[in-house]
Amino acid sequence: MAKEKKNNTKNENVPEKTGAKIVIDTLLENGVKDCFGYPGGAILRVYDTIFHTSELKHYLVRHEQGAVHAAEGYARATGKLGVLITTSGPGATNIMTGLADAKMDSTPILAITGQVGTYEIGTDAFQEVDTYGMTIPITKYNALLKSPDDAARVTKEAIAVALSGRPGPSLIDFPKDVQNGLSSNYKDVKMRIPAFHVEKPEISGSVDEIINAINRSAKPVLYVGGGAVISNASRNIIELAEKAQIPVVSTLTGLGAFPGDHKLSLGMLGMHGTAYANKAVMECDFILSLGARFDDRVATNTEDFAKNAIKAQIDIDSAEIEKRVNVDFFISGDLNDVLQKINPQIESVSKSPWAEHVQKLKIAHPLAFDEGGSEIKPQQLIYELWKKTKGEAVIVTDVGQHQMWTAQFYPVKHPRQFICSSGLGTMGYGLPAAIGAKVGVPDKDVILISGDGSIQMNIQELGTAKMYNIPVKIILFNNGYLGMVRQWQELFFEERYSHSTMSGNPDFIKLAAAYDIPGKTIVSKKEIEEGLSFLLSSKGPCLLEVSIPWEEKVFPMIPAGRNYENMIEYEHKKDKGSLVSIIPHNPQK
Amino acid sequence: MKHLLSVLVRNHYGVLSHVSGLFTRRGYNIDSLSVGETDNPEYSIITMVVNEEPKMVRQIEKQLYKLVDVIKIEDLTQKESLQRELVVLTVETNRANRQEILALVEVFKGIIVDMTDSAVMIEMSSNPRRIETFIKVFSEYNIMQIARTGTIALEFPSGRSRKENSKESK
Repeated sequence: MAKEKKNNTKNENVPEKTGAKIVIDTLLENGVKDCFGYPGGAILRVYDTIFHTSELKHYLVRHEQGAVHAAEGYARATGKLGVLITTSGPGATNIMTGLADAKMDSTPILAITGQVGTYEIGTDAFQEVDTYGMTIPITKYNALLKSPDDAARVTKEAIAVALSGRPGPSLIDFPKDVQNGLSSNYKDVKMRIPAFHVEKPEISGSVDEIINAINRSAKPVLYVGGGAVISNASRNIIELAEKAQIPVVSTLTGLGAFPGDHKLSLGMLGMHGTAYANKAVMECDFILSLGARFDDRVATNTEDFAKNAIKAQIDIDSAEIEKRVNVDFFISGDLNDVLQKINPQIESVSKSPWAEHVQKLKIAHPLAFDEGGSEIKPQQLIYELWKKTKGEAVIVTDVGQHQMWTAQFYPVKHPRQFICSSGLGTMGYGLPAAIGAKVGVPDKDVILISGDGSIQMNIQELGTAKMYNIPVKIILFNNGYLGMVRQWQELFFEERYSHSTMSGNPDFIKLAAAYDIPGKTIVSKKEIEEGLSFLLSSKGPCLLEVSIPWEEKVFPMIPAGRNYENMIEYEHKKDKGSLVSIIPHNPQK
Repeated sequence: MKHLLSVLVRNHYGVLSHVSGLFTRRGYNIDSLSVGETDNPEYSIITMVVNEEPKMVRQIEKQLYKLVDVIKIEDLTQKESLQRELVVLTVETNRANRQEILALVEVFKGIIVDMTDSAVMIEMSSNPRRIETFIKVFSEYNIMQIARTGTIALEFPSGRSRKENSKESK
């Protein structure tokens, strides 16, 4: 306390600012240019400040959940901080899902929520909720801002913690009177959290052992996760893979950290991974995790996962080491720094029988689906989209079958090119996240792939896309079902389709038209070309509804909790046409 | 297995919720908990006893380190440390058992804090095991009221290696 008072007297010549102004100015000083939000009673001073701040572009969403997912999409597409602002009470509770989502997927966002005046906290005031208490387990940093004297420090801390190490969500709960209160304590303010929370950790662990293991193993695999994207490690991962001829498998969040169309790429592993990725993991003698966390969709069975392999793990978050699966060696530290240290000591391999064997696995176990009749198969359409966009579009998905088909059939080439809710599996993430992504990377094509279930969870955000003319291109797979739920009910609940049919769906084209957004429906294979042309040539936001057969399932599939030997590669039904085989992870290249 | 964790934290609202939350979300119980300021009012020490598998305790330790208010964690279980608890209880007395009770207090080196003709209030501080015995012995009588603190603990300076001590002084 003594320190603070001293600060105040020292700053006598510094003009006073409101708490709201200090927070907004601190955001600007830290390079924030865009934010998403929704005003309300307890955040009006902040919105009044925004009114006078032309350097900060604010996007008004239609529901606070839209703001938090838009901030996530923005952060995932750019690597920068995503910022959102909401009011107290319901404004705060409506962002909880997104905060939890950002915590799971290590997405750096900052939420600023209004709060009732400090003198009213705890009295069940209008629109009061214990935002601080509620967000403890779903934020990386949270604070109740109690004085304008702390505004600059807390904002700095929130930003630094969100972006450092393993990123995550920060939240500042901002009472009305603190927004209005005046302070001159905002210049050269120091953070008060211990330095190790915001500084890059030192590299520690079994560096030499891992180098030896890579050099000695005959059948190695690199297992790439979201940490590889965050740490900007792509170039070094490519170097390592090429130097030692190591095949690469990826988690959902890791897609793009290694080019999907690279000869050594096997695409995604795990529950809905490619058969060749999963078989490579079953056969390998060494598996090196690069910023991945052996989660239950990858290591479906912790005992049997890559059971013949020496396992090693590199992660910046040492709490991830051996959280689920025991490893033989680990290094904690920033992945890119670690690889820079390791790569020069890796022996070059010109010809690897193992890498060639893995190519044969691709040919023997391709992704496959029944051709069907005239109806459109989602896999086919996604693959056509990949070809038409040369694999370069930024892809955002919602959650469900369409998400898995996209992960399989649209092998992205670059980091930050594939954006979805991976860990939390948040339906309704897609549309607002695509809006946020497009705001973040306006020069790239952003395509949302969604389903009739997911899109209805945040469909109101069509209004946001329209208001700011944000040209998100939406592909909506409509099968009239909650497809993934239905798939599990078919396979594991003897076809008892309990509450998974979506009868009552609107006419999505009319709905888009009501927002003055152009739309088009396609139902037969012949129309794929025409539909994609419509989508890709549209200038503003647009919607392509693709009618698909409801019985289509996602394969391969490893049932939850089972090991990789229980993988179902595909079900071929002869009456549904011949089998189409596709190897998106091109072996010819 | 019982683990005794000593967590140095910033003395700051919400820190206890953050720390205890890591246990609640996993369905773990904290057997005993004690929080107090250090000589520097900016910091507090949370001392807690948890009864869980060592692997789980290690995981929670790592998660604790990720909290921005946590500065240092020590697992004192494996170290030579002094452990203390305080118990205060009021026992019903009568003419027949009063001398016996006073004698027991003497045995345990307890302190009589208050006395009436029908009750006696006793204070006793010791290691958790002796506290257990003390309570067990007195439960033969009618305990009218009882209050007990959590464990506080400190590593013995003589139990630390020289290296650790010199690291600390830096």
